[in-house]
Amino acid sequence: MKALLRIVGVLILIGIVVVLGLMFVPPQRTAPAAALPADYQPPPGAGRAVAVAGDCMACHTAPKGQPYAGGLAVPSPFGVIYSTNITPDKETGIGNYTLDEFRAVLIDGVRKDGAHLYPAMPYPSYRKMSEPDVRALYAYLMNDVKPVHAAAPVTALEFPFNQRWGIRAWDWVALPKAGFEPHMGDARLDRGAYLVEGLAHCGSCHTPRNRLTFAEKGYDARSGDFLTGAVLNGWPAPDLRAKDSDAQRWSAAQLAALLATGRSDTTGVAGEMATAVEHSLQYLPKDDLDAVVGYLQAIRQDRAVAGQTAPRANAVATTATLNGASPQIDLGARLYLDNCSACHFTNGKGAKAVFPQLDGNALVTAQDAGGLIAVILNGAAIPSTQLRPARLAMPDFGWRLKDDEVAALATFVRQSWSNDAPAVTGTDVAKVRAASASAR
Amino acid sequence: MARQEKKTDAVIVGLGWTGSILAMELAEAGLQVLALERGEDRDTVPDFAYPRMIDELKYGIRLKLMNRPADSTLTIRRSLQETALPYRVLGSFLPGNGVGGAGVHWNGHTWRALPEELRLRSYVTEKFGAKVIGPDLTIADWGVTYDELEPYFDRFEYVCGISGQAGNLGGQTQAGGNPFEGPRKRAYPLPPLPTLLNGKMFGDAAKAMGYHPFPLPSANLSDTWTNEYGMQLGPCNFCGFCERFGCINYSKSAPQTCILGALKHKPNFSYRTRAEVIRVELSADRKTATGVTYVDDQGEEVFQPADLVILAAYQFYNVHLLLLSGIGKPYVAETGEGVVGKNYAYQMSGGTSLFFKNVNFNPFVGAGSSAMVIDDFSMNQVDFGREGFIGGSYISSGQFNGRPIASMPLPPGTPAWGAGWKQGIKDWYGHSMSIGSHGSNMSCRDCYLDLDPTYRNKYGQPKLRMTFDWKPNDIRMTQFMRSKIEAIARSMNPTHWASGYKGEGAHYDVRPYQTTHNVGGAIMGTDPTQSAVNRYLQSWDVHNVFVMGSSAFPQNLQYNPTGTVGALAYWSARAIRQDYLKNPRPLA
Repeated sequence: MKALLRIVGVLILIGIVVVLGLMFVPPQRTAPAAALPADYQPPPGAGRAVAVAGDCMACHTAPKGQPYAGGLAVPSPFGVIYSTNITPDKETGIGNYTLDEFRAVLIDGVRKDGAHLYPAMPYPSYRKMSEPDVRALYAYLMNDVKPVHAAAPVTALEFPFNQRWGIRAWDWVALPKAGFEPHMGDARLDRGAYLVEGLAHCGSCHTPRNRLTFAEKGYDARSGDFLTGAVLNGWPAPDLRAKDSDAQRWSAAQLAALLATGRSDTTGVAGEMATAVEHSLQYLPKDDLDAVVGYLQAIRQDRAVAGQTAPRANAVATTATLNGASPQIDLGARLYLDNCSACHFTNGKGAKAVFPQLDGNALVTAQDAGGLIAVILNGAAIPSTQLRPARLAMPDFGWRLKDDEVAALATFVRQSWSNDAPAVTGTDVAKVRAASASAR
Repeated sequence: MARQEKKTDAVIVGLGWTGSILAMELAEAGLQVLALERGEDRDTVPDFAYPRMIDELKYGIRLKLMNRPADSTLTIRRSLQETALPYRVLGSFLPGNGVGGAGVHWNGHTWRALPEELRLRSYVTEKFGAKVIGPDLTIADWGVTYDELEPYFDRFEYVCGISGQAGNLGGQTQAGGNPFEGPRKRAYPLPPLPTLLNGKMFGDAAKAMGYHPFPLPSANLSDTWTNEYGMQLGPCNFCGFCERFGCINYSKSAPQTCILGALKHKPNFSYRTRAEVIRVELSADRKTATGVTYVDDQGEEVFQPADLVILAAYQFYNVHLLLLSGIGKPYVAETGEGVVGKNYAYQMSGGTSLFFKNVNFNPFVGAGSSAMVIDDFSMNQVDFGREGFIGGSYISSGQFNGRPIASMPLPPGTPAWGAGWKQGIKDWYGHSMSIGSHGSNMSCRDCYLDLDPTYRNKYGQPKLRMTFDWKPNDIRMTQFMRSKIEAIARSMNPTHWASGYKGEGAHYDVRPYQTTHNVGGAIMGTDPTQSAVNRYLQSWDVHNVFVMGSSAFPQNLQYNPTGTVGALAYWSARAIRQDYLKNPRPLA
């Protein structure tokens, strides 16, 4: 009994020491991945290119806000996290950050004051950044971005998530090794890997997360889980590696078109991906875009997308039903005629590169219908891009259709033509509607 | 004292079709370009979003996209003897407002002027003798030829993605197209829209009479299109909400669908809405403009300095600004002297409705430019000497919409209200088609625009005054077309038919809608004593002011103006870019 008490006592003591350590021992900053001279000058334009590839803008600029002044509310399972001001303003921005302090943010997720960042900041991916890219980004943010004196809202999560020292434990458990290690055996593909796995942090959305730690299940292509799809805030981020995923089925040119212009011949980007295209991917230099596409198609896995039903061998005669336009047709079909067929047409084919095809559309047939429901409720827009500047927007229908109607409509498109996905219920719709309302 | 904004290289007044074209061209030339638009900002979503836009009462009847007369209007009289009164309720024509201008709510008929129309006075004189031109007709050559404009017609059509069938490719007549059109270097970007039943019936009847039917060149697209700016449009779904509406579907060529998305990417382009230009400011010697003064959304006057001023507002407002700013000599009808305001012209149209008891046309399937046309009585086909008028018309049968409030034609004799009317609607909705004449309007000595002596606008400036009436020449023209159309109609053997054409003694009535093809007032030409702008649309008097749009037409075409307006904008833009910017001066 005494021995047991002693063991428990020792364990408690160790626990207290560990917690105190987590709380009070200053974090160690990872050393630069390469030793560059102190007076190293990044090539002209390099910093901006890194900022664009890293898509800093998407999170660090609020809607209608000043560039990089932060304040965007990022929803997370733990509460709303506000992005910070990363302009070189000395009081409210990062104007007082030294290079080493700045590097620690990107690589270690540690602020100038030693506090830990929430991993909503994709430092687990940015850890792969090369030293020249870190230096270029630092120079760009410090010298080329206009300082904005504006304090971004302070992130205030509820206990226990407001105890930032806890992230330190998370970092120990979840954080991958710093630095990028070429592993594709080809310079172009490794460049693609560096971008996808590192700067562009594609895994943040497209890699499934550990249920316990909420960390990505893999941080590079050597992990079988990496980029195999996830559901993010109710929105399915598609699997990019399964042989029947769009990323693997499409030609390289179509995949490149989607990344560079937000649209392929059959579909367009929506949700978070629209933001990524708008602020980042459309600006990738052609070589980088080719490298990303080449890399993605090189990490194909010989399996089907989980939970995605295969197209029907014999398509349903949806087109004929719709063209018949009988007053007795089902609610879903009638709602489709009244609301959707003007652009997506009765054959569900839409129009090449303008109106997305619904027959065989991955968002439509995804296991999780949240994205489809959100698009019907809230509308969506393919962003205006340099090469394809038309902003092609679908209006919102949530004000017009009740939950049961949206469910009937979503079920209809999920089960028409060659689509064969499970039905959607009014409860599913109500959840998405509530989530959309609280996000506003 | 007006607030002063930072100087810009070019200021553009109005962000409709021509404003968007010029803004793009000048931004591509590297200029800092600022567009000032008096109305609101508009884009497909949210402003034209389905299904809110499909509201005939709001947009078709209450005209929510149009300029409100309470904000800005003109006065109208029919002769020099009358006192003009303000046009207080929109009727005869519907000037647009807001970003995209009238390009938002047009039907999409996209024609080229005929070669003969662009040198009309010369053509008539050479072919029929000068005596055919009555003493009051002030018709003129445009100063630019069809061959010169051909590449710019082509460019505008390709920016828009016009759907049509060429009739004359490099002098070779093409089956199924308009054999009487000027030669085009290449085919339309897209094939024509599918033909609806009315078009087929009209086309068959016309063909049987030896005429040459062809599909109307349409800015409602038959397929997807990506233009030179990378802008994309989708295929039209025949919803029938074109004219008076913004397209819900990215299927109608408009500044929004064809240009603005790309233009907004230009870092050297910006625009301000709710900025109504009230005056072009001139230098002390009055030979150049120094910028424009506008009233912002707070009601404050703002001076916007600029090196180059492009007037790209609707025709009336262009002329009004020239008059208010003292640019060019105002036209005086009594003496025929002066140029600004001269040769206001309109469009002479008429039509015959045909009712078929046993034919259902499904009119809710329609598109603004869905029509079959014959041009056998066009300006270059009619013998002016023999017929006793100068003019021409295309004749068409379109099915543009079947909207429930306004598109309810009834046979003559049907009661206009009550149970009889209801029965008439039940019996005849969907059972009618029409054949229309869309004709030229010759300019006259006493049809013109000037400043009203009595009425003032909300800024205290004199309103614009229109003096206009129908003239015998054009009434003869429309009666000639009536005889041709009624012959076709009779051959189709309808259950009933009814005609509406202006007859002898008809006067201009501002109440019923006729057309928003108002032209002239700042006409182009080669003689500074006869025209307000030169062949490049440059003011003769103030060389850094260019005036876009149909205000440049010396008389009206037999066609809808937009194709020619677009071509002239690109033509002028090229002269500015290639010649004027290098050495700013009068180009002619």
